Amino acid sequence: MIDNNTHNRTSGAVLITGGTVLDRRAEQRADVRIIDGFVTDVRAGLDPEDGETVLDATGCMVSPGFVDIHVHLRQPGREEAETVESGSRAAARGGFTAVVAMPNTEPPHDSLAVVEMVRRLGEQAGLCEVLPSGCITMGRAGEALAPFAELHAAGVQIFTDDGNGVQDPLLMRRALEYGKSLGITLAQHCEVSRLTEGAVMHEGGCCSRLGVPGWPSIAEELMVFRDIELCRLTGAPVHFLHLSTAKSVDLVRAAKADGLPVTAEAAPHHFTLTDEMLSGFDPIYKVNPPLRELTDVVAVKRGLADGTIDAIATDHAPHSPELKEMPLDQAPPGMLGLETSLALSITELEIPLQEIVALLSWRPAAIAGVADRHGRDIEPGVPANITVFDPTLQWTVSSAGLASKSRNTPYAGRSVRGKVRHTIFRGAPVVVDGVAQR
Amino acid sequence: MKHLRSIEELGVEGLRHLLDLSDHMAEINRRPIPKVPALRGKTVVSLFFEDSTRTRLSFETAAKRLSADTMTFSVSTSSVNKGESLRDTIETVAAMGVDAFVVRHKSSGVPWQISRWTEASVINAGDGWHEHPTQALLDCYTIRTALNRLDGFDGLHIAIVGDIKHSRVARSDVWAFAALGARVTLVAPNTLLPPSLKGWPVDVVHHIDDIVAKVDVLYMLRMQRERMHEALIPSLREYTASFGLTPERADRLQQHTLVMHPGPMNRGVEIAVDPAELPGSVIGQQVTNGVSVRMAVLFDLLGSGSGLAGEG
Repeated sequence: MIDNNTHNRTSGAVLITGGTVLDRRAEQRADVRIIDGFVTDVRAGLDPEDGETVLDATGCMVSPGFVDIHVHLRQPGREEAETVESGSRAAARGGFTAVVAMPNTEPPHDSLAVVEMVRRLGEQAGLCEVLPSGCITMGRAGEALAPFAELHAAGVQIFTDDGNGVQDPLLMRRALEYGKSLGITLAQHCEVSRLTEGAVMHEGGCCSRLGVPGWPSIAEELMVFRDIELCRLTGAPVHFLHLSTAKSVDLVRAAKADGLPVTAEAAPHHFTLTDEMLSGFDPIYKVNPPLRELTDVVAVKRGLADGTIDAIATDHAPHSPELKEMPLDQAPPGMLGLETSLALSITELEIPLQEIVALLSWRPAAIAGVADRHGRDIEPGVPANITVFDPTLQWTVSSAGLASKSRNTPYAGRSVRGKVRHTIFRGAPVVVDGVAQR
Repeated sequence: MKHLRSIEELGVEGLRHLLDLSDHMAEINRRPIPKVPALRGKTVVSLFFEDSTRTRLSFETAAKRLSADTMTFSVSTSSVNKGESLRDTIETVAAMGVDAFVVRHKSSGVPWQISRWTEASVINAGDGWHEHPTQALLDCYTIRTALNRLDGFDGLHIAIVGDIKHSRVARSDVWAFAALGARVTLVAPNTLLPPSLKGWPVDVVHHIDDIVAKVDVLYMLRMQRERMHEALIPSLREYTASFGLTPERADRLQQHTLVMHPGPMNRGVEIAVDPAELPGSVIGQQVTNGVSVRMAVLFDLLGSGSGLAGEG
């Protein structure tokens, strides 16, 4: 059992000056003092003391650290695409102080050994807190339950077969019933796989014209519907990963109105890009669930604005260039997300900045079960996991400038607004002026 | 024009231009020695990642009649079987000095990917379910000559019958026929139509008997037997009953109606009558015309612009 409150990588004193503190409360101009990993003082006009690291935050927001509940760090098994360290660095540069690592590694997160290894690699990198998810089923094969209790005892809170949906309704019901007694959250990748065999992109006008096998929206919506009803039956919480269709958002909205314990996330690419991007057959735009139509993009944005969707989660999915240069139907799905999430959210979402930070920070922190140390209001006594970002800075995404080992961002060359300047993890400035310090 | 990747990209002007040019090529093909030096010194590489007989031979014949050097690359004998990536294959072959790649691949879009990695022209010889632009060109050329419609297809009614969903021929023909002014009707059950026809210049009927006596061109697609396993149709027997060209239906065709097929044919399935007994069949002419239109494409992409003068 790992004690999450044992922070052995702390630092001396840090002073964040000249910024505006943005958390659940009203914005306030304030400097923030951090000593030994905890916030000690939040007031305007704090003077630097001897030996204190001073971080300039002029024109910037000082907010609780971001939490990405959906990233693929690829280690073990696909270290050529990403490692826990390189992915942690990308996360820190994106303003994230915690990430939930998806279980589809090789081998997957269905044993204590793998989960503990991923967590240890995260601690060694020391750039953000790496929270391994656990598999729902052994080998993500959809046949037998993974050892929930053993993994939960090791600190795993979110269980998912991400990349695969749990097809068998009986197995999903049992997982929810068994998981409820442990207090864990099951996160579903909603895809009825019988309806998506061979699918490459969204099923609609675009795939019809391009002669590419379609991934119908209903394959997602059927499983969202099924799991909402299983949630109603069992009372166990369900989290919906990467919602991509208008109808899925509507279903979750109705389930929340019924008071069910459901939560949901959306990925930046599902509120910024459509299936039309695939007209040039570039696999960089291939992702699962696929880029959909404008009506879906609008619905996802609306779901983010009205609270139906709780979190922005990147589904950061690094792939080596060789794989993304395969023919479209053979190339693996997925795109990078960690280093562009904040900027795309600020640029594309027409909602108040505080709401964007809620979607990036405290709401996902609650889903991941880390609200005791991430996403907390910035006040004396709280663990110093803090993001300092400039909400107005205009910059151009460049794949060469990314900390990820991979280059598969669909946003290269795109002009965006909002950039992370500093990231403070457990009191240590791990990113200063956009540069990773570790 | 740099590439020929799709009819959609080619546009109506490019289409008309290539059909006019095909007339010149057909004239060359009627000569005792059907060969001209127009592309001497040019190298055309056929990259066939998927089996094909007629298209590959047709392109190679076309290239040779224009005096281009040809190389053939087929997957069974290549380094692709040793794990070489598509990009490495293209860059390796391109490094030998290549003016055009003729590409056939089972995955839609591969010609677009290849054109990002080479300076050479890319000619799509069929990509997945997407497009087969030279097939559409030869189909248009065949209709144009057989029905003497040099000015376009205004007033012509063309039915395309069969598995539209999985057909690159249909995806090219629809745009080409419509661009030239034809009315295009798709004849298929819903399971063999694309998920959406939004924006397609077509109408749809679900039984061949609805149109067989009305159309000027009856274009029969190949019905692939493996579709049976995907619950798309109950049986080939039922397919033939609803969509096949049977002797009874052949009798209902108008005198002038052309019967076309891209080959290879499933005798007894989509065409349940001996094509030799169909007066309107131009299936053989399609193959002959394929050489002329592919010569036109190669000449247009690779020619110096100095014309076609000279005997071979």
